[in-house]
Amino acid sequence: MKVLIPGALRSYTERGEAEASGATLADVLADLDRQYPGIRFRMIDEQDRIRRHIRIFVNGEQAHALAQPLAPTDEIIVMQALSGG
Amino acid sequence: MARSGTPRARAGARGKRAAAPAHRVVLLVATRKGAWLYHGDAARKAWRIDGPHFLGHVVSHVALDPRDRRTLLAAAKTGHLGPTVFRSTDLGRTWKEAARPPAFARVPEGAQGRAVDHTFWLAPGHASEPGVWYAGTSPQGLFRSEDDGVTWAPFSSINDDPQYRKWMGTVQDGTPDGPKLHSIIVDPRDPAHLYFAMSGGGVHESRDLGRTWQPLLDGLEVVEGFDRADPTFHDPHCIRMCATDPDRLYQQNHCGIYRIDRPSDTWVRIGGSMPKRVGDIGFPLVVHPRDADTAWVFPMDGTSVWPRTSPDGAPAVYATRNGGRTWQRLAAGLPEKQAWWTVKRQAMSADGGDPVGLYFGTTSGELWASRDEGRGWTCIARHLPEIYAVEAAEPA
Repeated sequence: MKVLIPGALRSYTERGEAEASGATLADVLADLDRQYPGIRFRMIDEQDRIRRHIRIFVNGEQAHALAQPLAPTDEIIVMQALSGG
Repeated sequence: MARSGTPRARAGARGKRAAAPAHRVVLLVATRKGAWLYHGDAARKAWRIDGPHFLGHVVSHVALDPRDRRTLLAAAKTGHLGPTVFRSTDLGRTWKEAARPPAFARVPEGAQGRAVDHTFWLAPGHASEPGVWYAGTSPQGLFRSEDDGVTWAPFSSINDDPQYRKWMGTVQDGTPDGPKLHSIIVDPRDPAHLYFAMSGGGVHESRDLGRTWQPLLDGLEVVEGFDRADPTFHDPHCIRMCATDPDRLYQQNHCGIYRIDRPSDTWVRIGGSMPKRVGDIGFPLVVHPRDADTAWVFPMDGTSVWPRTSPDGAPAVYATRNGGRTWQRLAAGLPEKQAWWTVKRQAMSADGGDPVGLYFGTTSGELWASRDEGRGWTCIARHLPEIYAVEAAEPA
């Protein structure tokens, strides 16, 4: 499925869109990390929590759990929350 | 408790020996918005700028491996992304990310586990252990790498120990940008002899490579009204070991400047002889590379609400040449008034030259240098982001 990558993470993917597969959000993030080592830890902490300033949307709806099931046609958008200075 | 200390009598000045040969100095400058390398010429007068590296990243520390004198490690994160460590084996021309950055052990589902917010302190391991590094994090955690910083493993004896977790307190108990584990020190005579400090949580020592730890707090003061026997209330800001006398350590603490001479277990407050209008509160402390009686501090205003500025807006370095018995103000070349910046705990450093070069970076993004052990100061860079760390490295 298609995963839209925010600018801050394109040093890993070198483009704004990636392809990844998996039956859950956790699987898709693991697949992304296999392709782009290190990218998952920048989004997800060691307790499997989505980091405070990262938002993940599935078909436009915010995802809160890595266990969320996914279909092959789903579209995932990773975003940076509006924060910082 | 003694308020000032007298150096122990020894033949000649304590720990003095002949000057090491001079090497080109590179200043490793870590800032809130990236890292810069300033390459000095042989005279330490002209500086070539290399940077920014990791523009936009919060870089807490950049350190050179003194064993190969070419490997750099950088602790970085951004405002949005999680923390990581980058590594360079060509003095910053190229960087590669750690495969497994410092991260706490995962806890069972339902338990409240901690996550590393940022790696704060990087310390190369013992000379006999090439590839070994230590890292301190916020919130407080201690980590070790045995493969040059590629993968990092937690010290469960600290990070998961119930007693240590209690002493660490919560994020609310820590310094404003997060409680920190810092000042990781490896005894050059014994790789199993380690020290570290926590803000807050006190000073701790291990003699068995981190399997067990003991607090080292005797003699240290805490904020009035709190129990000085409880490590929770101790806030060491920076600890340095003297290279030529590893039994001597200096400490800049929330509650003054201290020295300890092992095997004594008691810190002695040596900041009592600082001028009263300046006080002995600050963050950084630097020791002379060849003279254990000499150290430098950068006092800040720790009165009332703790403005954390230079006292009276007049920044100055203070030096002791006698183990803390007396202090000398060193401000020639620094602004005389209306300069309200200060220097963070990792942002002051010494090189190995003779005379020693001293360097510090300010919260206002200025980089200052002295080629004569602090007698005169020159600003060598302005308009950088807030400076978090400055290391004077001497690469091959």
